[in-house]
Amino acid sequence: MTKKLTIAAACTALACAGAITLGLSSAPAKAGLFGSDKDKGVSYETFTDMLHLVMASDREIYTKMVVGRLAAKHKVIKASEHFEDEKALPLPAQMFRFGSEKVASKTDKFSYQLLSLWPINKQNAPRTEIEKKGLTFIAENKGEKPFYGEEELGGTKYFTAVYADVGVAAPCINCHNAHKDSPRTDFKMGDVMGGVVIRVPMK
Amino acid sequence: MRNKILWLFWFLVTLVGASAIAAAMYYGGDFRKLLLIGKTTSAHHQIELACDACHTSMFGGIDALQKGCVNCHGEELKAAHDSHPRTKFIDPRNADRVAKLDARYCVTCHREHQPGITNAMAVTMPDDYCALCHKDVAKERPSHEGLGFDTCASSGCHNFHDNRALYEDFLEKRHAEPDFKEVLLVSLRNWVPPVDPQAPAKPKPLTLTDADAPAAHRGDAKHTAEWAASGHAEAGVNCSACHQPRKRTRPDEWIASPGMEVCSTCHAAEVKTFTEGKHGMRQRPGLWTSRKDDFIGLFEDRGLTPMTPALARLPMEAKAHDTVLDCNTCHGAHKYDVVFAQVEACETCHADEHTQAYRMSQHNSLRDRETEGELRPGSAVTCATCHMPRHLARDDYGGEKVFVTHNQNDNLRPNEKMIRSVCADCHGLRFSIDALADPALIKNNFKGKPAHHVESIDWVVNRMRERARRREQQ
Repeated sequence: MTKKLTIAAACTALACAGAITLGLSSAPAKAGLFGSDKDKGVSYETFTDMLHLVMASDREIYTKMVVGRLAAKHKVIKASEHFEDEKALPLPAQMFRFGSEKVASKTDKFSYQLLSLWPINKQNAPRTEIEKKGLTFIAENKGEKPFYGEEELGGTKYFTAVYADVGVAAPCINCHNAHKDSPRTDFKMGDVMGGVVIRVPMK
Repeated sequence: MRNKILWLFWFLVTLVGASAIAAAMYYGGDFRKLLLIGKTTSAHHQIELACDACHTSMFGGIDALQKGCVNCHGEELKAAHDSHPRTKFIDPRNADRVAKLDARYCVTCHREHQPGITNAMAVTMPDDYCALCHKDVAKERPSHEGLGFDTCASSGCHNFHDNRALYEDFLEKRHAEPDFKEVLLVSLRNWVPPVDPQAPAKPKPLTLTDADAPAAHRGDAKHTAEWAASGHAEAGVNCSACHQPRKRTRPDEWIASPGMEVCSTCHAAEVKTFTEGKHGMRQRPGLWTSRKDDFIGLFEDRGLTPMTPALARLPMEAKAHDTVLDCNTCHGAHKYDVVFAQVEACETCHADEHTQAYRMSQHNSLRDRETEGELRPGSAVTCATCHMPRHLARDDYGGEKVFVTHNQNDNLRPNEKMIRSVCADCHGLRFSIDALADPALIKNNFKGKPAHHVESIDWVVNRMRERARRREQQ
């Protein structure tokens, strides 16, 4: 008798667990980022907006307070693409890329890059359709609003957001206008020079 | 009945066979050779019996292999500013490239135990691997129009990982350098440490009468005499420093033949780099051929024996085949003669054309002239000058120290690495690139001029001219 009861109890428990799992997995994808509860979840847009805010702030501060102040204003140190050989400061774009590579080596929950329609390093030109669309969108809208899209890469679906990257300091403009590999040489302060692309794999 | 016996027989044979293989794997030693599935690449062949150097875990798959690669080569790749780091390929936007060439893993291009398809630098990919992603390069660089798919990395222009002496701006800066620089001196040869007021006072140089070895351990008087004339005595390092490293706690202990670990108390960078190159890699820590805790404590911890020329794949002197390689092989206990270690020590074992041609080379005549006092110290170019160059190491607080790298392989893969650490001291970049791309010249130890010219530097100059012309027009 007790044996039968145990079996019945086990079956009920299994059924409940199954139902709960099913319920959890069918929760809306948009809300599924930090949990399965719709009310507690964060939308992909909010998530990438917040990430971008941190990236853009750090990037601007490095550009102005380190490179702009020490290299351009006080001229106590140079900033150079070949910062190791020349014992100089890494360029802001390199600083940004090192951060992005560090993140990539630690997590696959999101990834980000600084790309441009006018890249000095051709590897930073848009490669996917969404990147092209996004970079064109932010350039046309002068960076007033970000671009959100979805794409499939290597069998995984991604939420992809593109944020404008604006020239905030004179050294940005001067270097991009003068560099031998720069495809565009008429940048002005405040121009959209490129974009930060953030990708989040979708559940 | 007959079938039953056959089944039993089959079962027993399988069981015995499987146990033998497992025992070979765990017991280690030469039995492990049975398990090698194909000839191992050069250098790796030295450690092929320490299976778990590469197969870091039995069921870890490709990631476990990757861990093995990174354990030994990770730091080196970082130092080389790897042009194709893994992070580039785990980026989803490069998923299509990964589908063509999975550069997230070393073993995509460097497969081991595949002698039939192994090319230079242990590359097992067909030579057109660059073209998989860069076939449109001529659009951006018209000079590259029509170049063969196998010429990118084979003709002194590019390298998949290390382009520190090959990148465009580097070439641009040095394009006009003459073949021979004005001052022909090996940098760092005459380096003097910066004056440090906080450094402890230099110990008094020691003489023959200061030797502190107990009478019982004195041995041949020759040893003491050689020591008294060595750099050790000069620097105040007495017998006990090496033979009684624990003198304070164990005054009665005497180590007759102190090993690498004793040397490393003072020469840490030298010993570390020694275990990173072909001379000492078998003594790198963590290479086991058998582990005590692997199999219910039946076996003992056993590592690889030190390298001997008999194990080498390069031509070696027959009489030196059984010479065991440790610090004293080249430096000679007590004597520590750096001059001997620079050329003669190498010649004791190495019997290839490049080594044998050294005595007839210009580099050697510089050495002769320095010995005769005709040229300044630092003029000599020895085997060690190029293969064990001096490095200026800077610590996190700016402290400087020069050490001699004992990884003789460090600047050989690709050989353009040598440009920065060695050639550039005396030679222009154009000359250096050409010389290192000329196999015949390398073989005869650089007797004569490079027969070929690598055009990359001309293309860089053309681009500079083109730019200047455009600027003028504006």
